[in-house]
Order: sequence, then structure tokens, then C-alpha cells
Amino acid sequence: MYDLRNPVLGAAIALTTVMMLTVFSSFPASAQNSTLERPARNAHDLEQMVRQDCGSCHGMTFKGGLGSPLLPENIAHYSIDDLTTIILDGLPGTAMPPWRAIVTPDEAAWMARYLKTGDPE
Amino acid sequence: MKRTAFSARFFATSFRAARSLIAVGGILILAACASAPTPRGTADLATVIARATGQVAILDTSAKQFIGIIDGLGDLSHASIVYSRDGRFAFVFGRDGGLTKVDILGHKIVKRTLQAGNSIGGAISQDGKLVAVANYEPGGVRVFNSDTLEMVADIPALVGDGPDRSKVIGLVDAPDNRFVFSLWDSGEIWVADFSTGNTPVITRYKDVGIQPYDALITSNGRYYIAGLFGEDGMALLDLWHPENGVKRILDHYGKGQERLPVYKMPHLEGWAIAGKRAFVPAVGHHEVLVIDTETWQQIGAIPVHGQPVFVMAHPDNRHVWVNFSVPDYDTVQIIDTESLAIVGELKPGKGVLHMEFSSRGDQIWLSVRDDNKVIGYNPYTFEPIAELPLPSPSGIFMSSRAGKIGL
Repeated sequence: MYDLRNPVLGAAIALTTVMMLTVFSSFPASAQNSTLERPARNAHDLEQMVRQDCGSCHGMTFKGGLGSPLLPENIAHYSIDDLTTIILDGLPGTAMPPWRAIVTPDEAAWMARYLKTGDPE
Repeated sequence: MKRTAFSARFFATSFRAARSLIAVGGILILAACASAPTPRGTADLATVIARATGQVAILDTSAKQFIGIIDGLGDLSHASIVYSRDGRFAFVFGRDGGLTKVDILGHKIVKRTLQAGNSIGGAISQDGKLVAVANYEPGGVRVFNSDTLEMVADIPALVGDGPDRSKVIGLVDAPDNRFVFSLWDSGEIWVADFSTGNTPVITRYKDVGIQPYDALITSNGRYYIAGLFGEDGMALLDLWHPENGVKRILDHYGKGQERLPVYKMPHLEGWAIAGKRAFVPAVGHHEVLVIDTETWQQIGAIPVHGQPVFVMAHPDNRHVWVNFSVPDYDTVQIIDTESLAIVGELKPGKGVLHMEFSSRGDQIWLSVRDDNKVIGYNPYTFEPIAELPLPSPSGIFMSSRAGKIGL
């Protein structure tokens, strides 16, 4: 029924094999990252996410938009823990959503430090 | 180790983008040295915003190349563009309150003003003489002479009798030289009528709903519809019958019973109307909703890949293209408007922010922010026709918008 000499099918099988190997070989690494769905974001990814995705509402330079400004003087009255909680759980009654489904607590804390101090590490 | 590899790739991409821009610059210098340039039209040109570098690139959709890039437009993290009546000038609305008039044939800034502290978008009047900007700070609308960019009217969006002001969203032009916009903080829709001169007659519609977040006007200029973030439903103003006031439609449109987090506000501008069906992004839910535009009732919901941001109809109305918010913004899906089936899915790259069809629909262009590229597709075969480097591209605006109500 399936002709294995068919180059398209052959390529598909080869690709599937590679994908399966990739999936299996990545299990141990994923487990270390405490999420099975994706690898942890590195500093570049996190900075990009804060600037670009948080920036959709708060402005890429954090001067505010539909969301409030996030410059250090604007968030001086929040602790890093406060900001981490707001990122993870959102602010009910406002447009700030909870990001817990797609951001880990460590990543949220990195973002909070980045916004407060500019020195996330 | 991983981080190094990623950074290297990032810089390689950036370098490729820079190198191409230098090449574009070289071509421009050569062009400038030659004698008078051959006259050309603008109808096949588009502008593309490079949000992180404050640039606007000029895309020749016939040559499928960038033919110019303009620097110095400020903070373009949320930017949009409208065109002059003759399609030659682009008015760029920046996040930082910058209003810039760009000559898309001369590839240069003609005029620029910082008209407010924080802005969200703008519109051009039906007669092309007025450009209006929606401002968050100070909340209101400012209106400028499109030739000189001198301010001709200042409309503070007062909450009640003031002095507090509301952020303004959903500013569009409407027939007979009117501008229509919504007040995020106080839930109002205002119509500013400039048909009798530069002193507008303002009509306020109060209590239209909680937190209107964006709005659209139908392509014939009749219906202005604002989406509500703070509650379900939408607010509709029939501009043929403004005396009837604003009525609520689609009571179930919105976040619904199960209030999912909304990672990015959907955009309503691209509200796709195909035949008597409108296709609209659900708020928070992974669905595109189908609306009957005669009864304004929901008649269907199409499960999609993520939270939709733009739902754009092909000019021939057969398909609508949908992109998604973070974290699903590597994907674009294509829906058949007849069968409501998903007939195509593309993975153009990470951060697909915007999509724009050519005016006759032979091309669609997508901006892929994190991969620093703009990709053109044949919308019938779904095959790419061009891939052009540009740092952090966002909005793509065809100059054919010059001739369209509300765009």
C-alpha cells in the first residue's frame, strides 16, 4: 500500500523519525526546566518579551499606553515581590492579565527586577 | 552556551537586516545622483513600521523590494499610518505623540510635530484636509491641517465636565468630514463634525459600555462599532441615524462566563466583512466569531489556534486571515468564509504582528517581528513570494488606504 521508494513518503518517514528522536532526547532537559512544554527563556528572550509584549500596552520604552507607565519612578512603591505577583496573577478590574499560564515565577521575578533596577541578574 | 548561540543568531539576523538596509541606502544614493527620476504612481507602494528603530520602510509591492527607509520617527511601539488624498504622503502616528508627514516618493520627512505625550492612532478627514490624532496623554483628540501640520482644533476628552480626561481610542473618519472616537475611561462615543469648518460640533453619547478598547467603522462609513473590554457586548452607532443613539449589540461578545486572560487587545480595524457575515476576533477565547451583519447576531464560532488579534478579509472575500497574540504568534490561519473551515495554516516565524493585502488581493504581506522580516505570500497558493529583512517590523499599510473610508 505504501511504496517506501516514494521519495515524499520516505522523506516524511525520515522527518518523523528525527522528530521523535528529538522529542525523546529532550525529555531530561525539559524536566530540569520544570516545564515540559518549552525550554526556559534566556535573558535575551525575557528582555525581548518585556520590551515587545509587555510593551504592547505599556510602551516599548515603558512610558505607558493603555497600560500604566512602568519606569522605575512609576513603580517605586511596589516591591519586586509585588510586581512578580502582579505579573503572575494580573490586576483584577483592570486590563492587566495573569501571565501565569505562559510565564514561570522565576521569569516573572526576572522581569520585576528588570523593571525595578534594570539589573535583572 | 545556548544563550551564546542564540545571541549569535540574533546578531547575524540583525547584521543581515543592516546590510540589506545599507544596500537600499546605496541604491538611493545612486538614484539621487542620476538626473530627474522617472515619474511613478504610489498605488503599489506600502509603508512598513520598524517599531524598535523608529523607522518606516517603503515597500514596492510590484518589485517586491524595499525601496527606501526613513529614520527619526520616534517611539513607534504602537504606530499607525493614514495617507493623503493623493496617496503621496503618509501620516505616521507614533506612541510618543509624534505626528510625522512622510513623502513616500521622495523618501523623506516633510513635517514632524510632537503633538502630545502619548498617542494611539489617527485618521484623515474625508476631504483630506484634516488629520486627527487620538491621545492618551493628554486625553483627547487634536486635529491638524494636513498641509502644514498646524493645529486647528483641540478636543479634550473630558470625563463629565472635567477636569479629568479620558484616554481616547478607536478614532476613525466618517463621511461628511466627521471624526468618531471612544473614551476608554468614561465609556462614551463622541462624534466631532467638521463639515461646517474647523470649529467642530461635538455630539457625546454617554454610557455606551465599560472600557471601549478599540473600534471600527464599516467600509461604507455607516456603522461605528466599539468593542468593550470591561463587559460583554459591543456598542453600535448607526451614522445614518445618529438620532437613534448608541445601541448594544452582541451581548455575548466578549470574555464571557469564563474570563480568560487577554494577553493583547484584539484589533477591530481589520474586522472582516464578507458578504453579510462579519468575522471578528473573540476576546481571550481561541475563537473567531461569525456575525450576521443584518441582525447583528452571532451565528457561529470557529475554533482557532490562539487568541486572535487581526482578522483580515481578502479583497475577494473568499478567505479571512487570522493572526494571534503571544504566545501563539508564530502562526497564521486561513478560514474559508463559505464553509467556515480552516483551509490553511502558516508558520511564518515568531511574532507575526500584522497582515495587509494588496488592494486587489494578489498579495498579502506579513510582518514577523522577532525574526526581523516581512514576508509576502500568494494568498491563493499560500506560497511565499518574497522575504525581506527589516528590524522589528509591525504595521504594514498599503497606500490604497488613501481611497478608503475609515482607513
